[in-house]
Amino acid sequence: MIDSIVGLYNYWIAIFLMMAGFYTVIASDNLVKKIVGLNIFQTSVFILYISLGKVEGGSPPIVSANIDVYSNPLPHVLILTAIVVGVATTALGLSLIIRIKKAYGSVEESDIIEADQQMLEPTQDEKQ
Amino acid sequence: MMTHGPILQVVLPLLVAPICFVFSRFHRFCWIVACVISWIGLFISIRLFFQAEQGVIVYELGGWAAPWGIEYVIDRLNAFILVIISAVAAIVFPYSLTSIKAEIDPRQRGLYFTCMLLCLAGLLGIAITGDAFNLFVLLEISSLSTYTLIALGRDRRALASSFQYLIMGTIGATFILISVGLLYSLTGTLNMADLAERTQNLHTSRTLKVAYSFLIVGIGLKLAMFPLHLWLPNAYAYAPSAVTVFLASTATKVAIYVLLRFLFNVFGITFSFELLQTEWILIGLGLISMLFASIVAVFQQNIKRMLAYSSVAQVGYILLGIGLLNINGLTAALLHIFNHALIKGALFMSLGAICFRVGNTELKNIAGIGRMMPWTMAAFVAGGISLIGIPSSVGFISKWFLILAAIEKGWWPIVVIISICSLIAVAYIWRVIETAYFKTPQDSGTRYVEAPLSLLIPTWILVFLNYLFGTSATFTIDFAATTATLLLGAGR
Repeated sequence: MIDSIVGLYNYWIAIFLMMAGFYTVIASDNLVKKIVGLNIFQTSVFILYISLGKVEGGSPPIVSANIDVYSNPLPHVLILTAIVVGVATTALGLSLIIRIKKAYGSVEESDIIEADQQMLEPTQDEKQ
Repeated sequence: MMTHGPILQVVLPLLVAPICFVFSRFHRFCWIVACVISWIGLFISIRLFFQAEQGVIVYELGGWAAPWGIEYVIDRLNAFILVIISAVAAIVFPYSLTSIKAEIDPRQRGLYFTCMLLCLAGLLGIAITGDAFNLFVLLEISSLSTYTLIALGRDRRALASSFQYLIMGTIGATFILISVGLLYSLTGTLNMADLAERTQNLHTSRTLKVAYSFLIVGIGLKLAMFPLHLWLPNAYAYAPSAVTVFLASTATKVAIYVLLRFLFNVFGITFSFELLQTEWILIGLGLISMLFASIVAVFQQNIKRMLAYSSVAQVGYILLGIGLLNINGLTAALLHIFNHALIKGALFMSLGAICFRVGNTELKNIAGIGRMMPWTMAAFVAGGISLIGIPSSVGFISKWFLILAAIEKGWWPIVVIISICSLIAVAYIWRVIETAYFKTPQDSGTRYVEAPLSLLIPTWILVFLNYLFGTSATFTIDFAATTATLLLGAGR
């Protein structure tokens, strides 16, 4: 029991961050907070990957004469790519928020939905 | 030169995209370059298609052999998807120049071509790659450019829907990333063929089941499986018309390809269907998609949004075909991937022509347009007939096989539901036809002239293909049936 909590602590951290990020994405009304939540969510996966690459007793993967066990460098390389993707997503998301702010005058999701509905209502009046 | 076909297919649009970015002030130049690249791409993909008929093509990137390097693997299934993507691109790019004139700000037109080329490269890459992590990266390339393309729409709602898609799409892609990570931790490989081999003995592993679940949900988001479809209607409705044409006929199809590849090849039939019984999820969600999205489509005021909901319903047909898990069902699914690309391509292109003249696609604004733009509306009607599935059109063929597959299983309620959904399709297509032909414009002074030839010709090419493959379908049916047999035999 203790082993599955303490021994696998890296997974618990990843799960906690993932859920915290996911909750922020779903629950917050502010678009910037949603992006921050998305970032935390992605970071948890980065941590999951990086901790997967650790070999017990292994040294950093730099070739040296008197070392036999190395950690696995591949997950780290993979996650480097995923970090770049994450940065691009964040940049795109933030620039969209800037344009949404210009177009709607707000970065709150509820305001945006309200503004869109107000745009629809006059057309329904025209019908009647 | 031709031995490098697989890599050129992906790298050409990827390399030309920055060139378009540098010369983005001269959008005509970008247009010409993009057209030429898409035609070369079509040529390469057709060549690969016929080569893959003879045997699987394996291309090692940079000469590094498979477990260490990334390899591109082209078999019958993805050669077919490559042809669909590059054919749609080869038709959409020539169509773009006129279409974006009315819908995209002059300064952004060059950037439009840049993003379209990136999106094309990403989609082709997803279809061609044999490496699970490479698939994730290319998925993100295509997704990021898609978000940008949707945000190019004039309506401010395009921004909000692009943002919504960005959030949902990134969550989906991250789920796929988690799944790939778990698969790697379990097997120590990212190569799909190796994965398929090494997961064979791990069927009871919980990690494998978790990886599988994350993957299915992640791909489900990308292909707009029923409860995960929320991003699609708005994204398609407010994106520029040319973008909608391209996305509707390619993006969800590629996601379905990924689903097929992982269900049948990487995890294998024994694991996905005999052990975890995914077919019930596919059939259930497929049927709900068909019914729910068709009914919602009837009540839409915007025709583009209506067709977007119809796309969700059509994805339901494809999922149902996969879930039936017999040769006819899979044949129907494969045929419908191709046929739906043709149908929705033709429909959205004719809507693009309407949008070019009228300025939007609200149902109330197109009253009486059938007489003012006869060729455009005729294309819409022809596409609509194909969507409903009347004999001699492609829509009929895929639905026919789907019904055959359901009868083979003896599941009559499914046959009934397929017919009901086709009837609902009649209802929503008829609403447009009625408004366009039998109603007079609210303001009797409104006059629209026929759309320019540069929009009509690509539209009619797709309409023509709808009926060409609808009347002489032996080639596509044979091909789909053989591929379906291969897929079903692969995991056993």
